[in-house]
Amino acid sequence: MSDNPFSLWVYLSQSPLLWLTVTLLVYATTDAVSLATRRHPLANPVLHAMWIIGAFLLLTGTSYTTYFAGAQFVHFLLGPATVALAVPLYENRKRVVASIVPMLAALLAGSVTAVVSVVLLAELARLPRDVVLSLAPKSVTAGVAMGIAESLHADPSLTAVAVILTGIIGAIIVTPLMNRTGITDYRARGFAAGLAAHGIGTARAFQVDEIAGVFSGIAMSLNALVTSFLVPLAVTLLMR
Amino acid sequence: MLASLGLILLCQLIGEAVARGLGLPLPGPVLGLLLLLVLLLARDRFALLVRGPLRNDGVETAGKGLLAHLSLLFVPAGVGVVQKLDLLASHGVAIVLVLALSVVATLLATVLTFLLVSRLLKQQDAR
Repeated sequence: MSDNPFSLWVYLSQSPLLWLTVTLLVYATTDAVSLATRRHPLANPVLHAMWIIGAFLLLTGTSYTTYFAGAQFVHFLLGPATVALAVPLYENRKRVVASIVPMLAALLAGSVTAVVSVVLLAELARLPRDVVLSLAPKSVTAGVAMGIAESLHADPSLTAVAVILTGIIGAIIVTPLMNRTGITDYRARGFAAGLAAHGIGTARAFQVDEIAGVFSGIAMSLNALVTSFLVPLAVTLLMR
Repeated sequence: MLASLGLILLCQLIGEAVARGLGLPLPGPVLGLLLLLVLLLARDRFALLVRGPLRNDGVETAGKGLLAHLSLLFVPAGVGVVQKLDLLASHGVAIVLVLALSVVATLLATVLTFLLVSRLLKQQDAR
């Protein structure tokens, strides 16, 4: 046994076990709070888990690299979860096939708006050029967006942050925005959530309505496809 | 359960291999999604495929289990904010505002296009 509590901390803080446990317990807590508020948009579990864990890392002087060594086991599951979207898609295939044309039109309008608006607004706000480039793929799911950022020689870790912030902002505003504008079609609402706010928007959509979740998942996958082609094109046209 | 997770991972693995091998700009998991969808559709046609994870809703249950915790999976990448605190201190307000305005524009453009086109189609059908 160690006589020094400090050496025990040094040992534990370097092991994946501690950070995996912290990630799961903090999220379980923020998710329980979200459920207790009947999924109020502002009680978004990702948002609150992020700052609580972030503050914990800063207070204990732990580097993000050390934290991620443990949390990567959770991060890894993003890939399989994307594959698993095939299941709700399969179960709702009739409704999906019936709305294929509106979906494709909305996909085109949405993905162009997502890229063009963020680049123009960021230039208007006089953000540094490398920041503008890193924000461009912000509506696409993290893994794909980071790949796009790399191909533009932008900063992939800033892109990851922009993607998560976009997802959280989208998850918070989608329900009030759609209610305020009187849109009741859950196919359209979900599709917009997944296109604008990728997986976090999709998680939110599944909380609100199963059909919204299915359409959100489809929008997220399709937008990843379209944006991979669109961002390099938009950047060369808009940023001369 | 294990076999179902294995099948999901296998679909992703094949997706990654094909995307890398052919140099497609598509992410591997998206190809994996398409592959699993094709498998599920094929199972309904061919009795030969109804076995293991493709029987008794095996892969369906595992997939829904993963999706029930989709939010959790974004937490590790989100904590990466701690690496960007200096940038957020200098440009944070502008970045959040830019992202928020762009998200509102994207949500509205998408939802309105969807509704407009589905209404136009309905009118055509009615005629």
